[in-house]
Amino acid sequence: MEPIYLDNNATTRVDPVTVEAMLPFFTEHFGNPSSIHAFGSQVGKSLKLARQQIQALLGAEHDSEIIFTSCGTESDSTAILSALKAQPERNTVITTMVEHPAILTLCEWLEKEGYIVHKLKVDKKGRIDMDEYKSLLHDRVAIVSAMWANNETGTLFPVEEMAGLAAARGIMFHTDAVQAVGKIPMNLKDSKIDMLSLSGHKLHAPKGIGVLYLRRGCRFRPLLRGGHQERGRRAGTENAPAIVALGKAAELAMEHLEFENTEVRRLRDKLEKGILARVTHAFVTGDPANRLPNTCNIAFEYVEGEAILLLLNKAGIAASSGSACTSGSLEPSHVMRAMGIPYTAAHGTIRFSLSRYTTEAEVDRVIEAVPPIIAQLRKLSPYWTEKGPLAHPEQAFAPAYA
Amino acid sequence: MWEYSDKVREHFFNPRNSGPLEEANGIGDVGSIQCGDALRLMLKVDPETEVIQDAHFQTFGCGSAIASSSALTEIIKGMTLDEALQVSNQNIADYLDGLPPEKMHCSVMGREALQAAIANYRGEVWSDDHEEGALICKCFAIDAVMIEDVVKANNLNTVEEVTFYTKAGGGCTSCHEGIEEILARVKSERAGPGETSPPRQQTGTPAQTAAPATAATAATAATAATPAAPKARLTSVQRIKRIEEVLESVRPMLQRDHGDVDLVEVQGKMIYVSLKGACSGCMMEAATLGGIQQKMIEALGELVQVLPVSYMPVEA
Repeated sequence: MEPIYLDNNATTRVDPVTVEAMLPFFTEHFGNPSSIHAFGSQVGKSLKLARQQIQALLGAEHDSEIIFTSCGTESDSTAILSALKAQPERNTVITTMVEHPAILTLCEWLEKEGYIVHKLKVDKKGRIDMDEYKSLLHDRVAIVSAMWANNETGTLFPVEEMAGLAAARGIMFHTDAVQAVGKIPMNLKDSKIDMLSLSGHKLHAPKGIGVLYLRRGCRFRPLLRGGHQERGRRAGTENAPAIVALGKAAELAMEHLEFENTEVRRLRDKLEKGILARVTHAFVTGDPANRLPNTCNIAFEYVEGEAILLLLNKAGIAASSGSACTSGSLEPSHVMRAMGIPYTAAHGTIRFSLSRYTTEAEVDRVIEAVPPIIAQLRKLSPYWTEKGPLAHPEQAFAPAYA
Repeated sequence: MWEYSDKVREHFFNPRNSGPLEEANGIGDVGSIQCGDALRLMLKVDPETEVIQDAHFQTFGCGSAIASSSALTEIIKGMTLDEALQVSNQNIADYLDGLPPEKMHCSVMGREALQAAIANYRGEVWSDDHEEGALICKCFAIDAVMIEDVVKANNLNTVEEVTFYTKAGGGCTSCHEGIEEILARVKSERAGPGETSPPRQQTGTPAQTAAPATAATAATAATAATPAAPKARLTSVQRIKRIEEVLESVRPMLQRDHGDVDLVEVQGKMIYVSLKGACSGCMMEAATLGGIQQKMIEALGELVQVLPVSYMPVEA
């Protein structure tokens, strides 16, 4: 049986057309784009085309606003550290409780360095409180960084509105859009977003390539200094094959944008409804009315995520879990905790993320495979009886320690 | 994601003895749904012989938690209660051909459920004195709570000292930042809230900037068991002799495993040895040296480091 890949928010398959586009840049077009000779200049032209393809996908005003980096994490770090370096009189960063570790771990480190970090709370559906946000915008804030779409739930933040409010107070705005780019339409030139991170491997380009969009005129300090590449804003010889591939992937993503929001969305909804109709004590997390078209995150109560994933994997289905059972302190995903998902459910959240390669037959197979897996694990669970969950699981199961 | 052994996978996919046990007369509940791990162990014990006739489990948890529960029930069936109490978490892990370091707590939970169930059968109250923290050192599976306790009890100030006492940080060294953070936190607690210096101004090594020992910290240092510092300093000859004595004491153990050890050089606090035979290049080399080092520290009453000769600096 062919394995089914529903973990496209983790990484994606590179489109064969994209692979074909990049291959010559390992062999005949191997030159350094900085070189004067023909080997280099040919590559330079291809990089320019890639920059324009990404500019088009983002709706940026200038192609020089595209800076190639090595990954989304580098783009995130570059953006936030640049804002702090360029504005030493400002010492505060505003972000959210549900960001990716690329932002949160950096912010924790900044706090140790003496900076002030405000993390916006979210409600049960993962939405921020705009009044709280407005109340925090003051002239010591260097930058606001909020993700466009959440990687676990797909929930969208109103980043364009948030950027507008920040701009009105003279505050820079960055968005980690690695999950959103290529899945929802963007028009950065009509927004007040100053910086945006994207990652190639989330949109069917290879790993090891990312972009920082930097609005023209936004004050900037590079993370890597050295050569004049990327107009001195990101030194280091360009990863030409990956850049060419990212350009091609951006072009393909634009062509498929409508497909993502019609066909992929339809399959995602079918999967979600199909599972929920067959499994009791399960619910969708995040904001179902306002999320990415490809993402579906379901909390299965009274079972643990890793166990579900292992059984899914045995059935040839790849998904992922927010639960990170890695050490003595077993906290469920910070996103689920921030939304106040009860512990009885937070450990059993499973993310299914589709792509334009997902087929209807695959979705049907997953709908069939999931219910027996959940039933099997619930049978093992001390919180579950033949009649369903224990009425008061916390009391019925009274451990010697908690 | 995890490198689970075939045995772990097999016990997870086909758990033995799962589900309720009607005639159970000893039940142990440990863990909680908050922690993401919960285990109920049910024993049917023969009151005459105290032999465990049957054992069942119900587990909420990850793959290795379910496999550890399954393995535990298989191990203890047929044992007497006293025999079962000898089962360690390492026995459970070994039965499964090992667990990843991040998952060793699953076997610990199994052992605790066993203790709780036996206490329940005997009408005793079992209380858990064991607390787990975030895993810091993945090479030797040492968690934050353990490191913090040892740092506090022995008034430690440097990563090197933490490695001497706990082994944490003695392997790949990538957890040194985490250990430094624990040291900084304990130090600021020692100094009291008013005396902490802002992190940005912190320079120098922790040892140099250590706060003057207050009466309280001096007292904890004095009560610390190791190292029992002898009053008089040893002469160089006495030191070397003691070092040789320690090596003599471990030699039989190494020779049993077809290895050996020789003293090569002593430079201040660095003791260079060469491991020979089966010990040389063995996966357990770091652990072996760690064990020798611990004995050295106790014998010499000072912190020393035992290193393979390949670490010896080349003479200028």
